Amino acid sequence: MITAERPSRLRAFTTAFLGSPTATVALCVFVAMTLAAIFAPLIAPQDPYDLRSVSILDNLLPPGETSFDGLTYWLGTDGQGRDMLSAMLYGLRISLVVGLASGVIALAFGTLVGLVAAFRGGWVDALLMRIVDLQLSLPTILVALILLVILGRGIDKIIVALVVVQWAYFARTVRGVALVENARDYVDAARGLRLPPLRILFHHILPNCLPTLLVVATIQMAQAISLEATLSFLGLGLPPTRPSLGLLIANGFDYLQSGRWWISVLPGVVLLVLVVSINVVGDRLRDVLNPHLRG
Amino acid sequence: MAPVLTLRGLTTVFGKGTQELRALDGVDLTVNAGEIVALVGESGSGKSLTGFSINGLLPANARITGGSIDLSGTDLRTVPAREMRKIRGKEVGMIFQDPMMTLNPVLRVETQMRDALRAHDPLPRAALRERLIAALAEVGIAAPEQRLRAWPHELSGGMRQRVAIATALLHSPKLIIADEPTTALDVTIQGQILALAQKLCKERGTALIWITHDLAVVAGIADRVSVMYAGRVVEEGPVDAVLDAPAHPYTRGLIDSVAANQPKGTRLPMIPGRMPLLSDLPKGCVFAPRCSRRSALCDSTSPPPRATGQGQTVRCHHPLTEPAGALA
Amino acid sequence: MAEFILRRILQALLVLFVMTVLVFFGIHVIGNPVDLFASSECTKACLDEIMVNLGLDRPVWQQYLIFLGNLAEGDLGRSFTHGVPAMSLIWERFPATLELAVAALVLALGIGLPLGFYAGLRPESILSKVIMALSMIGFSVPIFWIGLILILTFSVYLGWLPAIGRGELVSVLGLEVSFLTLDGLRHLAMPAFTLSLLMMSMVIRLTRAGLREVMTSDYIRFARANGVPEYRVLGWHAMKNLLIPIVTVLGMEFGGVIAFAVVTESIFSWPGVGKMLIDAISVLDRPLIVAYLIFVVTMFVLLNLVIDILYSLLDPRVRLGAGAV
Repeated sequence: MITAERPSRLRAFTTAFLGSPTATVALCVFVAMTLAAIFAPLIAPQDPYDLRSVSILDNLLPPGETSFDGLTYWLGTDGQGRDMLSAMLYGLRISLVVGLASGVIALAFGTLVGLVAAFRGGWVDALLMRIVDLQLSLPTILVALILLVILGRGIDKIIVALVVVQWAYFARTVRGVALVENARDYVDAARGLRLPPLRILFHHILPNCLPTLLVVATIQMAQAISLEATLSFLGLGLPPTRPSLGLLIANGFDYLQSGRWWISVLPGVVLLVLVVSINVVGDRLRDVLNPHLRG
Repeated sequence: MAPVLTLRGLTTVFGKGTQELRALDGVDLTVNAGEIVALVGESGSGKSLTGFSINGLLPANARITGGSIDLSGTDLRTVPAREMRKIRGKEVGMIFQDPMMTLNPVLRVETQMRDALRAHDPLPRAALRERLIAALAEVGIAAPEQRLRAWPHELSGGMRQRVAIATALLHSPKLIIADEPTTALDVTIQGQILALAQKLCKERGTALIWITHDLAVVAGIADRVSVMYAGRVVEEGPVDAVLDAPAHPYTRGLIDSVAANQPKGTRLPMIPGRMPLLSDLPKGCVFAPRCSRRSALCDSTSPPPRATGQGQTVRCHHPLTEPAGALA
Repeated sequence: MAEFILRRILQALLVLFVMTVLVFFGIHVIGNPVDLFASSECTKACLDEIMVNLGLDRPVWQQYLIFLGNLAEGDLGRSFTHGVPAMSLIWERFPATLELAVAALVLALGIGLPLGFYAGLRPESILSKVIMALSMIGFSVPIFWIGLILILTFSVYLGWLPAIGRGELVSVLGLEVSFLTLDGLRHLAMPAFTLSLLMMSMVIRLTRAGLREVMTSDYIRFARANGVPEYRVLGWHAMKNLLIPIVTVLGMEFGGVIAFAVVTESIFSWPGVGKMLIDAISVLDRPLIVAYLIFVVTMFVLLNLVIDILYSLLDPRVRLGAGAV
């Protein structure tokens, strides 16, 4: 019965989502940016990681200038002579990877913890939720900062830090939904039929958690990208050799005072557009999937 | 005796342009000093909206488009919105349905009453307090000094409704609109509040509009009654006449569907169908689709008000003549 | 009431204890700070001497016990780099952070409340939609970038506001503050605004949503039906109901604001504890990092307690002793 309904439900959902022009535009922007990031090596005029193709003589050129060997830097160059457009495409790639990877891992781990808490109940639940409360009561930036001080730099390390600050949101969400669903009649009915617990979990409870999880995941991804940029800006996130958008902005900060705005501002605009579009999509998802959360 | 309030052809609509919905259509109503007029109808019949039209507290998407609201000689429709504040509370008081919701949960009783008093009467603090204590004592609240300092959640439902009544009476308004003020209360408390309202109204000569859907309450308190259906007054008259010998089939249906009016063991008669949506009103008589006496005339022409022999006015092409069973 | 407060204090102490363990051992896993700041000519013997001086030659658990003992006496150790007690450094820097955070709070309320109020009263107007869109951006955009744009606009191009430092200070009750001098205010403006954006967006949203709900309530209708003037209905009857969620959320967020000051202070070189932390991290000044964390967590716990009490003052329905667990 559920399978029969699925296509129409999906269509209804798509129609509802596209009912908002703002959200539709945001979704398109997000998809376009993701594609640009995936195909960065193909569309970028330069490989910013390849030191041979970068000429220090071309440094700090404003947008539109041409290099000695005829390459036009449409968005200017940075302090080391890297083409900004290429650097930004690769930076976008890293920001997205960090945001996605940390989001997915946090989602998986948080869901597991939430389900365990909801089903075991008792002291397990109490203990896990205490940890979640503690985690959520501390400001994310502080926790991430400390972890990075301990762990050091690197893409894997920043993903670990982001997972640590994010998992609790998922755990709390899943536990809440699972507790509600668990008390519903259909789950009782499934138990009455002596269906194995895992089957109940995967076929009945998890699918009902999905809409809420999707909303939380979208918003957390925007948060993660933003937080990664902030940490990189503080010099704590990624190694300088592989700059994300945040690090590009940080690198340009030193040149800002001398009026070379493009090095900092342009990656910032990309970051802004990325984060805002994800948030708009998330907001719309929330409105469409769960009208009760509106407000 | 000159009437305190006269509504003539009051028409209130929701929305604009083609989306416009007539929620009130040509409502006539007269209330004399010291008189209690009950406004009866199902939810959505426009009885509460009539109240809000009078004191100018309509929701943002509603507005009055026709008729007049005469409050002792002043047409309230000509009073600018800014001036209406000076009339609210001073000339027209209002009491609401749910006493749990009427008082602001985060303000002390004293603050709320003081603000209502000061709205029209800037007295020094000590004098304000005395007036408030007297007002609470008058509605039968024991230890009014302490109640004044209480938070709303510390008072019972009946007590809160008394506070609301005392507040509405602070400036002895000529007219009080009571919007189902006993519906949310226990039956025993309900009786007390009814008796209180009746007593205060008669003592002070206040005109009272009592909005309700409960015919037992109407029989107990009102002098006259107006029955509303789909934004129109379908029958109006002295309470005894209307309840004993309803002329409109809808009124008759309402009376018959009160359990106490039927012999034990018989099935409770109900009016078939439901009230039409405002967006889909019948062309002729609004009650026609549910009416057992419907004729071709009912479907084409809206019935004009006409007087019956018993002092009632009814909007029906085929009014009833036989009396209904008396209310217990 | 007394039991409630006692329970909260015990809870707080437990959180603090867990934090000291996590932070202390976490920090000790990482590299040897001596390598970072000892001069390169320093021999093995010289390095060992520094280690002994700093107490780094003992096992970690001993170091922790010593640390805990000192903590009980209010001593959080000496900064490796500055050579003075870490706590005194924090107390010296903290007023700057506090001033920044309070200024941000004032801005968030001062700007956010009226904007949210307007958007709640006229939800359909164009201005309201602009306000809501801006609050959405305020939520999403990393604040450091806003800081950069402000510097670019107001310092680099317009030259109106200074980009770094606190400016001229005045001493009030032993605290050095910027906001009482014109120069100090000019220095304070951009960092405070940057830091306030997140809170401001939150205030706008809470105010708007709250107002729309409150305005349809019977008690507002009742106040109006009694002729209470509109300014009083909105400014007090509605406002007091709105303030409950706003105070709660701001109270919880204020600790976050102190933490986020790390970013703002780095951008504007504001000499507060946040800037100090970043500097301490870059040279692995362990006692200073640990002291900062203990300090911030303690402040958090105290703040939460204050919020609970404030909440009960605003909302009479909350009974501290009975309702709260």
